[in-house]
Amino acid sequence: MPGLSGRMSTVVKAKISKMLDRAEDPSETLEYSYQKQIELLQNVKKGIADVVTSKKRLQLQTEKLQQQVVKLDTQARQALAAGNEDLARVALERKNVAQTELQSLDSQVAELENQQQQMTASEQKLRAKIESFRSRKEVIKAQYSAAEAQVKISEAATGVGEEMADVGLAMQRALDKTENMKARASAVQELEAAGTFEDLTQIGSGEDDIDRQLRQLSSTSEVDSELAKMKAELGSGSAPQGALGAGDGSTTEGSGSGAQEQAS
Amino acid sequence: MIVRISTEGQYELSDADAEALNELDNEAVLACESGDATAFHATFDKMLELVRTHGHALDEDHLSGSDIILPPPDVSLEEARQEFQGEGLIPG
Repeated sequence: MPGLSGRMSTVVKAKISKMLDRAEDPSETLEYSYQKQIELLQNVKKGIADVVTSKKRLQLQTEKLQQQVVKLDTQARQALAAGNEDLARVALERKNVAQTELQSLDSQVAELENQQQQMTASEQKLRAKIESFRSRKEVIKAQYSAAEAQVKISEAATGVGEEMADVGLAMQRALDKTENMKARASAVQELEAAGTFEDLTQIGSGEDDIDRQLRQLSSTSEVDSELAKMKAELGSGSAPQGALGAGDGSTTEGSGSGAQEQAS
Repeated sequence: MIVRISTEGQYELSDADAEALNELDNEAVLACESGDATAFHATFDKMLELVRTHGHALDEDHLSGSDIILPPPDVSLEEARQEFQGEGLIPG
């Protein structure tokens, strides 16, 4: 047998003929087939709900990370003003990591949005086919003898069966992609849990494992140039203001985000 | 001839267009066999384009099986290698 067309059609046809063989009575076949179609439609709806849930979760993470970026930036400024360049550097490195994460989250949210639209379109198409099948089956039951009905049913079932196989395929592909993103989302959560985006005021003077990893992750040149820019903005006139704020965030614009609450 | 683009929908294609599709399909099979991803995607995109522009989209409530089923537009070379083998889409 040749390529895809042959193979897929064969699989679909085999499934349908199995289904048709199961029932001797045509009207029973029709009802069974219709029932299967409705089941699939329910599954598609569940699949769409799954994608929407994943998308919402990523959107929440995006918001959280945006708050972190603002907070880390403020903290870098505070650290620099307090004369603690090392701490400012750490803050900027973390900001860098958070920004990289944000970019990838944005594209994933867009991808999920796309998946959602495709699945919604699939659902509509399947619904139209099922509705068409439903009215066809009433006509077949009313107008044809058992032998004729069997032929008519076979035709209709092939059409709707192929659509069902195709919707199943579309759904599987969409869900596979969503699974990958879920893995990605939980990786970000792990980063958060590992303290990557936590309040810097909680960090001691020593450099820990995360710091070293972060240094490797983030672009040093980017951090360097941002640090230089920040220094220039602060100017030479800003005298050290003592230790970095106690972390209450009272002077921090956009603070009060998740991690700060977690840290306290 | 009814052609389905997997995950997209069904189209009615003239015999002449189906013949053109078959020729492209042969190229796609060759690209697949030699593992040339660029050539495969270029040819496969042409196949999709041919069906979408020359084909007449069937109504959503149309109930009939397809003569040819193309893989989904986002198919990877790896997936295609498992599907596009031997004689290709149209046997004989």
